[in-house]
Amino acid sequence: MKFLDEYRNKELALLLSQSIHRRTHHPWKLMEVCGGQTHTIVKSGLEDLLPPDISLVHGPGCPVCVTPLELIDQAVAIALRPETVFCSFGDMLRVPGSSQSLFDAKARGADVRIVYSPLDALRLARLSPSRQVVFFAVGFETTAPANAMAVWQAEREGIGNFSILVAHVLVPPAMEAILSSEHCQVNAFLAAGHVCTVMGYEEYLPLSRRWHVPIVVTGFEPLDLLEGIDMAIAQLEGSRAEVENQYSRAVRREGNRPAQQRVAEVFEVAHRKWRGIGEIPSSGLRLRERYGHFDATTRFPTSATPVNEPAECISGLVLQGIRKPHECLSFGTRCTPESPLGAPMVSSEGACAAYYLYRKA
Amino acid sequence: MAQFSAACPLPTVTGETVLLAHGGGGKLTHQLIEKLFLPLFASSGLEARHDGAVIQLDAGRLAFSTDSYVVQPLFFPGGNIGDLAVNGTVNDLAMCGARPVCLSAGFILEEGLPVGQLRTVAASMRRAADRAGAALVTGDTKVVDRGKGDGIFINTAGIGLVETDLEIRPSSVASGDAVIVSGDLGAHGVAILSVREGLEFETVIQSDTAPLWESVRALLQAGIEIHCLRDLTRGGLASSLNEIAEAARVGVSIDEAVIPVTDPVRGACEILGLDPLYVANEGRFIAFVPDRDGDRTVELLRGFPVCSSATRIGRVEQAPAGLVMLRSRIGGHRVLDMLSGEQLPRIC
Repeated sequence: MKFLDEYRNKELALLLSQSIHRRTHHPWKLMEVCGGQTHTIVKSGLEDLLPPDISLVHGPGCPVCVTPLELIDQAVAIALRPETVFCSFGDMLRVPGSSQSLFDAKARGADVRIVYSPLDALRLARLSPSRQVVFFAVGFETTAPANAMAVWQAEREGIGNFSILVAHVLVPPAMEAILSSEHCQVNAFLAAGHVCTVMGYEEYLPLSRRWHVPIVVTGFEPLDLLEGIDMAIAQLEGSRAEVENQYSRAVRREGNRPAQQRVAEVFEVAHRKWRGIGEIPSSGLRLRERYGHFDATTRFPTSATPVNEPAECISGLVLQGIRKPHECLSFGTRCTPESPLGAPMVSSEGACAAYYLYRKA
Repeated sequence: MAQFSAACPLPTVTGETVLLAHGGGGKLTHQLIEKLFLPLFASSGLEARHDGAVIQLDAGRLAFSTDSYVVQPLFFPGGNIGDLAVNGTVNDLAMCGARPVCLSAGFILEEGLPVGQLRTVAASMRRAADRAGAALVTGDTKVVDRGKGDGIFINTAGIGLVETDLEIRPSSVASGDAVIVSGDLGAHGVAILSVREGLEFETVIQSDTAPLWESVRALLQAGIEIHCLRDLTRGGLASSLNEIAEAARVGVSIDEAVIPVTDPVRGACEILGLDPLYVANEGRFIAFVPDRDGDRTVELLRGFPVCSSATRIGRVEQAPAGLVMLRSRIGGHRVLDMLSGEQLPRIC
C-alpha cells in the first residue's frame, strides 16, 4: 500500500519553504479555494513555513458552509417524515438549520443515516422498497459525478423510492464573484485540485485572463500546497497571470470527460444561493427536467421560508476572504463548534472551525 | 377431557433466543444463571448464590471503577463486547496502579438475542477475566423488549488493590516529564468502523482490546516513578492528553512524526477521513514519567506483546498551561484540541 508520506516530507517542505522565501519581495494575499486545503494548512501548521509577507485567505470551497439555511430546514422537514430514510455525508448532520440540525431530527426519531457514497443510498433504496430514500446531494463539482451516477442508475433500474435533495454549487462562478467584489484583496488563487480532477482547468483560462490573476491548480497535501504557493508567488513576482497545474498527478487539462458527460446528462446549470454570500448567477446545478422526478423538493413539498442568518455572523466575509475568522467579535465566545452561529464553525472544512480547533487566533 | 399440565412448556436456556421472561426473575432467569452464567463465571463469590458477593481483601488502598459497553457490532475482528467489558474496567483499575481483583457484570439483553451469542460473549468475559487475574463475582440480567436495546449492553464494575505508594494521577504530572504511548494507535476504532461500513482492506485490522495490568505492574516493580497513566479509549490520544494537560495545568508538546500508527490503520483513516489521534483504542495507554525514567519505561513496555511499539512521543512543558501542542510532520506547530462531538467523515 502506498501512502502520502512523500507529500509530507519535512526536508522537501523545507526546500520549498526556502524557495518561497527567496522569491518573495512583496506582500501577497493568496486564496486557497477549497476547505480541504484550508484544513491541511491549519492542521500541518504550514503558515509557520511561509514568509510573513505571504498571507493565506480561505475561500468558499466548503460545501457544508455554503449550503443555505432554508435548504437545511428542508432537509430536516423531509427527514422527519415517517416514510423517509434520509441519507447524507456525515459532515452535514451537525449543521444547524434555523431551528435544528439533522442530528437533532435524528434524536427526535427521524431515520437519518451517514453514507460514504450516494450509491450506498441507492442500494438502501433497492433493499427497502417500502421506504422513501432521500440523499442530500451536497458538494462542488467533485461530488457531482457520483450523484449524477446514482440518479442515472436509479432511472435505468426504475427505482421509484429514491430521490435527491440537490445543493450543488460550482467553483468558477464563486471565484468570479469574489474577484468582482469591490473589497477583493486576493492576488492569486490556489484552485481546488479535486474539482479540477473532474472538470479540468480550461474554464479557469478566461477567468485568469480577464482579471489578470494567477490560478494554480493545487493538491491537498502539505507539499502540494507549498509547491502551489511557490508557483503562484513566482507568477506574482514575475507579473505573470496564468493557469498552472501543480496537481498534475491527478488533474488533466480537460479533466474527466466521461464524468463531465454524466453530470451534464443529469444536471443543468442554475442560479444558486450561497449561505453567507447570497445568490450567484449560474453557480449551481439542478436536475434536468428528464430527471425531475428524482427531485426530493417536488416529491416532498415543504413550505421553505427564507431565513435570515444571525446578524452578528460574518461568515459571508470570511468565505470571500475579506475577513479572517478570528476577526469576528463572536469568534470563540458566542460562536464555538459546540454552539455555532454560522456554518464555517461547524464543518471540519470550515475556516472558523479550523481556526478554533487548531487555535490559530 | 384433555389433561393440562400446570407448567407451561417453557423454552430452556438452551433454546435459541432470549425471551422477556429470561429477565423476569422466574424460572427462566434462574435457568439462565444456573446453566449459562454460573458454569462460565464460576467463582467463590458466585458459588454462594447470595444477593451480593462478600470479598476478603488485604487491607490497603482500593481502586473502584465502572464502565458501560454499548458497542455495535457486538462481534468484530479481534474480539467482542465481552472482551471490551472486562478489559475496559480492568484497564481503568490498572491506570490507578491497581491489580484487578473482582468484577461485577450487569447485562441488559434485547428480547430475541440468540442465546448462542450471549454464551460466546460470556465465555470471552471469563477468558479476559482470567487473563487479567480477576474474578467475576456478582452480576445481574435484565431483558428489554425487542427494538428497545441493541442486542447486548454490559456494565462492569471492578475493585482493585493499589500496589504502589505513588500518587498516580494528573496532579502528579510535572514539567519535564516524558510522555510515552504504549503502542500503535487507532486499531480498535478502525476495526469497528470497517465492520460497520462493510469496508475491506488488504489486511484485516484487528481490535487492540487487551488487559494492561501486567505491563503497568512491570513498570511499578522496576521502580519507575509513574506520575500518571491514562488509557486511550473514546476520544483517543488527543482527548486523553488534553484532559491531563488541563487537570495538571501544564502544557504537553508532542511530535506527530514519531506517534506509532500502523500502515493499515493510517490507510483506513485516510480513506475514511479520520484522524488516528482521535480514534478509540482498547488496549493502549499513555504514561507520564520523569525524563530520566523515559527510556527505561519504553524498554520495559516493549517486553510485552501488547506494548511492542511503545514510544516516547513528547514531553511536559510549563506553558502554555492546559494546551497540547503538536509539531507536525513538516515542522509546523498547532494546537491539538479535543473533539467537539463525534468525528465525522468529511465530504470531499
